[in-house]
Amino acid sequence: MKRLIVLAALLCAFPWAMHALDQQFYTSFATRVLIYAMAAASLNLVLGYGGMVSFGHAAFFGAGAYIVGILAAEGVTSLWIAWPTAVAVAAAAALVIGAVSLRTRGVYFIMITLAFAQMMYYVFVSLKDYGGDDGLSLTARSATGLGVSLSNDFVWYYLVLGLLAAVLYALHRLVHSRFGRVIEAIRENETRAAAIGYPVYRYQLACFVVSGAIAGLAGALIANQTSYVSPSLLHWVQSGTLMIMVILGGVGRFWGGPVGAAVLLALEELFSGSPLLGQYALHWQLPIGVIMLGVVLFAPRGITGAFAQKPR
Amino acid sequence: MLSLRNLGKRFGGVVAVDGVDLEVAAGEVHALIGPNGAGKTTLIGLVAGASAIDEGQIHFQGRNLTKAKTHERVRAGLARSYQVTSIFRRFSVLDSLALAVQARSGSSFSFWRPVAMETALFEEAREIASQVNLVERADAIAGTLAHGEQRALEVGLALATRPKLLLLDEPMAGMGPEESRRMIELIGRIRAGITVLLVEHDMDAVFRLADRISVMVNGRLVATGAPGEIKANLEVRKAYLGDELAA
Repeated sequence: MKRLIVLAALLCAFPWAMHALDQQFYTSFATRVLIYAMAAASLNLVLGYGGMVSFGHAAFFGAGAYIVGILAAEGVTSLWIAWPTAVAVAAAAALVIGAVSLRTRGVYFIMITLAFAQMMYYVFVSLKDYGGDDGLSLTARSATGLGVSLSNDFVWYYLVLGLLAAVLYALHRLVHSRFGRVIEAIRENETRAAAIGYPVYRYQLACFVVSGAIAGLAGALIANQTSYVSPSLLHWVQSGTLMIMVILGGVGRFWGGPVGAAVLLALEELFSGSPLLGQYALHWQLPIGVIMLGVVLFAPRGITGAFAQKPR
Repeated sequence: MLSLRNLGKRFGGVVAVDGVDLEVAAGEVHALIGPNGAGKTTLIGLVAGASAIDEGQIHFQGRNLTKAKTHERVRAGLARSYQVTSIFRRFSVLDSLALAVQARSGSSFSFWRPVAMETALFEEAREIASQVNLVERADAIAGTLAHGEQRALEVGLALATRPKLLLLDEPMAGMGPEESRRMIELIGRIRAGITVLLVEHDMDAVFRLADRISVMVNGRLVATGAPGEIKANLEVRKAYLGDELAA
């Protein structure tokens, strides 16, 4: 609890510190980290807690982003309409994709979620009215209608931080609820869970939908963050990135998603900027790959797992 | 109570269960014996709903459960234990049992309230733990238990669903004499309120516990009767067929 308060205080103070140091770029960067933390946490719910290795999570993330983009292009800029729609559409997509995919197991599940996500990717590539390959620019961030403008990076940062905190709190409640125990039990031993009376499929599908909805919210935020949506948000590389975040942070550990997102994006920032690696910064993926390899080999429970006292 | 009619299951060309008719009466311990590969575990799986039935019907307390899903059968009062231990290895004993209690008490589509606050679940789980002699190990992680303790948890998980009929698939598999003795005691206590269909190779246990015994060979039931009759029958068969049935 003490650590949580310190973390919250640091996160709240961050934009002021950056303002004082005249490094506002990092406030925007931190906002991006917070958004990816939400997306990674949503993946960790199905992957870590539910044991469902979804390799298509970018589909829900991208769908959420595109809904905000498309609605804005059609003149609907209200946050109160666009964001709930984004969440609902992502949840509906998760319901359909999950309903089919969850009839398979193991490698087949991985492949079919990947296939669905790639299908969605090509759907958005082919939407010529909404930019096709080139994507879609937003003229402004969603309108709150409350006289507060989200184009102010301070306001925007605190809104994203508040939403992430709310989502993480809800996830914390969820994984410790009856439902959370059931999905963990299904991960541990699906056959046994059925043999003590649980309809496994229904719980897995519900978990998948909740996760998709959260990814959709993160997508709506990323569209606002960059004021731009493109099919690359749904590309399988994006699904892979979210997965790497979760593995790096700790699969099935509560802080695994957020920590993984923060570390991966920070490393990316560190290695892709020239101050550290000079001309070699072009090959920033290489050191990240090496670090990833190190984590998998020497800390298979991820960063949060390596620092936890109690194994689980 | 449980009635199987002409039950059949094929795996490709292999007939694993072949036209089995079996009646288990309420309150009895009905043992199912036979050599390895006779189809006993497959039969338990068909009754519990682990695999689809190719032929025949299952009726339980007058209800046709032939097409029912596993969880529906559990709700109807049919629970099983596994021959190969099947537990939640990273859950504590108490958490595992509470989870099984939770399955039949209220909806588990509850996303907000911490399950740890539901003391009723854990009280009942503790009762079951003491029933299967695991109360001292209640906080131990299931995967770290000794083999005999895991077998006890296995039975405890089935008991926690509060079954009317318990399908026990070789509860004494791999146990030492002392552990077996405890398991026999446990089944002796369980039977006071629950009908038991018991698959077991330990003939000593079978003859001590069973009210009736069915013998399965090559997917078919070849005999059903009181222990005395089966014993006589077994000796006759042994004389002609060798030790196959006495395995």
